Amino acid sequence: MIRIFSILVGAFFSLALLLAVLTGAYSYVTEPPAKTVEATFYEHPEKLALASDGVFGKFDRQQLQRGFQVYKEVCAACHSLKHVAFRDLSALGYNEAEVKAIAASYTVNAQDPLTGEFKDRPGMAADKFPPVVYAGKGVPPDLSLITKSRHGGAAYIHSLLIGYSEQPAELIKAFPDAKTPDGLYYNRYFPTLNLSMPAPITSEGQVTYGDGTKATVDQMSADVSAFLVWTAEPELEKRRQTGLWWMGFLLFTTVLAYMAYRNIWAEKKGH
Amino acid sequence: MSFPWANEYKPSHPLMQWMDEKLPLPRLVYNAVGSGYEVPRNLNYMYNFGILAGLCLMIQIISGVVLAMHYAPNTLVAFDSTEHIMRDVNWGWMLRYGHANGASAFFIVIYAHIFRGFYYGSYKAPREMVWLLGVVIFLLMMATAFLGYVLPWGQMSFWGAQVITGLFSAIPLVGDPLREWLLGGFAPDNAALNRFFSLHFLLPFVILGVVILHIWALHINGSTNPTGVEVKTKSDTVSFHPYYTAKDGWTVGLFMLIYSAFVFFMPNALGHPDNYIPANPMQTPAHIVPEWYFWPFYAILRAFTVDFLIVPAKLMGVLAMFSAILVWFFLPWLDKSPVRSAKFRPLYRKFFWVLVLDVAVLAYCGGAPAEEPFVMISQIASLYYFLHFFVIVPIVSSIERPDPLPFSITESVLGHDGQSALGAKA
Repeated sequence: MIRIFSILVGAFFSLALLLAVLTGAYSYVTEPPAKTVEATFYEHPEKLALASDGVFGKFDRQQLQRGFQVYKEVCAACHSLKHVAFRDLSALGYNEAEVKAIAASYTVNAQDPLTGEFKDRPGMAADKFPPVVYAGKGVPPDLSLITKSRHGGAAYIHSLLIGYSEQPAELIKAFPDAKTPDGLYYNRYFPTLNLSMPAPITSEGQVTYGDGTKATVDQMSADVSAFLVWTAEPELEKRRQTGLWWMGFLLFTTVLAYMAYRNIWAEKKGH
Repeated sequence: MSFPWANEYKPSHPLMQWMDEKLPLPRLVYNAVGSGYEVPRNLNYMYNFGILAGLCLMIQIISGVVLAMHYAPNTLVAFDSTEHIMRDVNWGWMLRYGHANGASAFFIVIYAHIFRGFYYGSYKAPREMVWLLGVVIFLLMMATAFLGYVLPWGQMSFWGAQVITGLFSAIPLVGDPLREWLLGGFAPDNAALNRFFSLHFLLPFVILGVVILHIWALHINGSTNPTGVEVKTKSDTVSFHPYYTAKDGWTVGLFMLIYSAFVFFMPNALGHPDNYIPANPMQTPAHIVPEWYFWPFYAILRAFTVDFLIVPAKLMGVLAMFSAILVWFFLPWLDKSPVRSAKFRPLYRKFFWVLVLDVAVLAYCGGAPAEEPFVMISQIASLYYFLHFFVIVPIVSSIERPDPLPFSITESVLGHDGQSALGAKA
């Protein structure tokens, strides 16, 4: 009885699916989905090699400092970094005095502990990066987590920063309606191909590096991407270091446990 | 199950004797996972996943309780409090990555455990209750995992909650009021986040309770084994301790190695980047996908694209998705084959492997965007899924001619039965 009922229920769902797949196949054949402009012209991020890659990777502090400089002088005009505190910057190799000086160069709106009113004061090491007021339309995303919140991570950020160009002529030819709208900018690494952010890093030497590194567009883009890996995963080095010790310990105990298992079962297998 | 030849608990120390008279807890442990519990000697590694699932539950409860000390279930600060855990709480990143990847590990282990049951017929009499309780645990796990994924209040949290609670609105007449009642509003908001947190904290302990019943029911008849032949004599079994404690012990180490590789070296590999974007009710993500362990069922939900008879497509999808799991409850009665193990069921075995492949295809399609050819592939794969459980399993179990079974577990291990003592060694 239950099996007859089951076969009937199975037939009910199966017929519905059969109908669905036939309907789908029919419309697929009669109106095949047109190739979209994104599917044709979007490109996956280029590979970006960073010192922090891989199981044994460590941050390149010099690069992180350069990347921070790019953030401060270019990105910070529109993008906040609200999950990062000034005190965290000591991880980039800045000493206490330098961290305090960086913090003090920012203005923070905070509650005065004596009067209770909110007022501006110079930043302190314990403060987080203050919010950025963007005058234009829209909300530029906070950058603290940007490498974790985009497919491709740092490689995507790097590619996006160097990927601005005029729309290719073939694109306009193949998709006349897909002209980049006013106020948007064409970028082949952006999933929808057009984004509201104009190219932020445009010319060589836009930032003057203190360590003598040549500030090419590619270099600045790579540096800020490396910095943003750190802002998203400040725990990265400690995590891997802990992981290596822990895995070593686990491997040792697992081998011991395996030998104990072989020993205990030795006379039981019977073969 | 207590076979007559099982060791008896005999406390030698006066303190343990005193304890045994007042509260025989050591006796319970001895008879449940100690030397007093006899287990088939031929269990293979597929039988290790029950212990691993218990380990996962413990990892989740312990890391979860500590995370709850630092997390704030309020839409204004939930996302930031998660980042606070990641950055400012000592070892907070390890707790959170351990918990998030722990959920994935739990589901991998549970899927292996369930498919072990499908293959070796673990659901068959007299162990139906073990199986039924297991399906209850799986449903509770799915609910708990869904609720937990909402808590960080990222984009996928919010839109996942929107989609999953939206399933209830497919129910005729009462659907919309029901959804609003469940959410405490018209869309996921603070009321929903608060109750999701409360339930996410509660349900693991409900799971723990059902797990205890699951193990209790298991111990009434004892484990199945790869031959599916019941235990007959002493030579068919070994005591749980030290034999299976040793075997489970080293597989726990192996499991921890794989799990730790994810936690420490690729903690975000199984997650979706969008959940690092704070929830924004005004901006729908390009592709809303649940966590990977829901993909097969998500594919079934989305496979129903046309209305059928009087049932709208959306309701069909919801009914199908729930039926896809609820059918497992009826499995002990749909599969009437007296032979448990697929090892001796040539026809069922072939369909079993088709099912494994089918669920893998469903999982792939569930994670892919809802466009062709994935929709058509998921429709065909869903079709097989329903045929398998509702039609093929009942029919195969009545027409199949099973292979001859070994006389006993001992014979299957040694090539001869210990009872006919002097038989040639294989």
